[in-house]
Amino acid sequence: MTRDQLTKKLIELAGKRFERDTSELAAADDFFEKLGIDSFQAMELMTDLEEEFDIEIPDYELQGVNTFEKLAVVIEARI
Amino acid sequence: MGPLTHEPSFSGEPLIPPERYDSLGELLRDAFVQYKSETALIELDRKKEKVRLTYLEAKRIAERLAKRLEDAGVGAGDRVAIVMSNQSRWLLSAYAALFRGAVLVPIDFKLTGEEQETLLRHCRPKVLVTEYPEYRDLSALQRGELSMDLVLVSEVPSNVTLPQPTQAARGTFEKWEQAIETDVETGGSPTFVPRARRDQATLVYSSGTGGNPKGCILTHDNYLEQYRTLLALYPYEVGDRFFSVLPTNHAIDFMCGFVGAFACGATVVHQRTLRPEFLRHVMQEHGITHMAVVPMILEAFERAIDERLEEKGELTEHVVEGLRQINAALTLDKPRGWLSKRLLKPVHDRLGPDLKNLFVGGAFVDRERAQRFYDLGFPLAIGYGLTEACTVLTVNDLKPFRSDSVGKPLDGVELEIRNADGHGVGEVWVKTRTVFAGYLDDPEQTAEVLKDGWLKTGDLGFLDPSGHLHLVGRTKNMIVTAGGKNVYPEDVESTFEGVDCEELVVFASGYVWPGTKLTDEGLVAVVRAKKGKRVEDVLPEIRRRNLKLADYKRIVAVLPWESEMPRTASMKVKRAPLAEEIRGRVSPEALISLEVV
Repeated sequence: MTRDQLTKKLIELAGKRFERDTSELAAADDFFEKLGIDSFQAMELMTDLEEEFDIEIPDYELQGVNTFEKLAVVIEARI
Repeated sequence: MGPLTHEPSFSGEPLIPPERYDSLGELLRDAFVQYKSETALIELDRKKEKVRLTYLEAKRIAERLAKRLEDAGVGAGDRVAIVMSNQSRWLLSAYAALFRGAVLVPIDFKLTGEEQETLLRHCRPKVLVTEYPEYRDLSALQRGELSMDLVLVSEVPSNVTLPQPTQAARGTFEKWEQAIETDVETGGSPTFVPRARRDQATLVYSSGTGGNPKGCILTHDNYLEQYRTLLALYPYEVGDRFFSVLPTNHAIDFMCGFVGAFACGATVVHQRTLRPEFLRHVMQEHGITHMAVVPMILEAFERAIDERLEEKGELTEHVVEGLRQINAALTLDKPRGWLSKRLLKPVHDRLGPDLKNLFVGGAFVDRERAQRFYDLGFPLAIGYGLTEACTVLTVNDLKPFRSDSVGKPLDGVELEIRNADGHGVGEVWVKTRTVFAGYLDDPEQTAEVLKDGWLKTGDLGFLDPSGHLHLVGRTKNMIVTAGGKNVYPEDVESTFEGVDCEELVVFASGYVWPGTKLTDEGLVAVVRAKKGKRVEDVLPEIRRRNLKLADYKRIVAVLPWESEMPRTASMKVKRAPLAEEIRGRVSPEALISLEVV
């Protein structure tokens, strides 16, 4: 899976969890702002992603991660 | 204050009575021997147990580390800083430092690397103890720009090499796990360094949200006295389990999840992830009896309970509501834990069946939520304190429970309301043995808060006839209206508690946008809507509640805001940075007027 494909997949999963149209979401979007979610809710999204990719992402890896692009980099390193 | 203070309620002599000790190191040293076969530490990563240590095992590890510190030249008064998330190594390292008579400098792991380096430059520690994920962010340290004798880094991946000492940086970088390899049997035991009560025990940076770093100097006497007064009211029993979730640099966690827990032979439980589902897993599966939380965590717990009830259906919701009312009536005078647990089993199972006490502090607690928790049978100890006064100044003694107050002064705390206005509201001043010795290298700021042995807390409140303290806000947040009235934003915010939005903060518009005439000095509420909702959806509710306020306290407009608000480690909104962000991003034209009638 390329980085772009991965980013697209993340957007799809985020859209599903927070009931948003994926066409509204872009790779460079700040997902906290765009989805209107807090850090606890972002953690829930991470759990979805971990299940999807069968990986574990420690909390500290997510410090400062706020866009789908940055998230893809973190996940790519683990799959 | 004589009759208004708490009466200590110990049923028997504590095994480690604080009066008998001169330093935290000495007290902990005895505790590690006293409770040797009890479990001291459990650490989990999600559902996997990573660490389980008895007091004896923990003592052995900490003493090896103390030996390493001794070899690095750490002795009386030397500073040892810790930048680590909540984990067992934090407590083991802290004990090792205190064993060597060092001054512990706990630094918030949630700060950015740059902020942490600012504090490290300010306190110039001899040794830094950190973990790899934090170390990665300390770029100046890696470049050798911060000089320390020894840097211990835990959990370094096997493919990473730590820097070698250079001419620029004389310090040694070493893996934490390597530092505890030397067996004290063969390498020699560490020498215990005694300290006096008046000596400094820690340097704690208070979460002041701006300006120069404020390093609070706290003595062994401050802590031993605090332990005596607090644990006399809320003693742990041997075998109790404290779940440590607030950062350990935070005064409450340091006292309840380190000093107090070990002094009583309790077990401290850590979870490496703070995801809500794993927090609940720990509470349910590991017999947690005590926890210190901030209001935001309480809110997450409430959501968990409500989700559970929703899953169970409407009938269960009605039954639980009925049982809640019965329990509330039966626990009006004091908590009856065993009864509440039986009555409200499905609710208690959600947060763990063994929970005895939730300590809540750090920020203003939502009264309705606190009352609901108590009525559901969870004893909440709402307290008030600040770093400058060690940990806690006042706490609710549950005789009876009061959700509207932060409790009565602890034994030994003299508390006065100074410069009170016509309503009895004034600044809280305290005099007690737990008051700090001053700010490091800052006599000016120290002189501003310490006057003739009294600490000016900067908090505004009043005492009710039964001696309970009520807080209304911070002096520095106080707004003086055009009409010359004093308004406390926290007081106004409390009116809007429970409005169905994510976050709500009140500012004077002139503070956010100085010099603009548009809204004059009116109060504005900055509101972040819940996901999928718009701020407009909650406007009717805001309007309705606004009208309940005295006219000079009413907000005149609402500003919709989309990002999560910046908060301190204790989850208070950082007002100044938020105002700055607003100023930079939106103009007053974005305000929705409330047309107060």
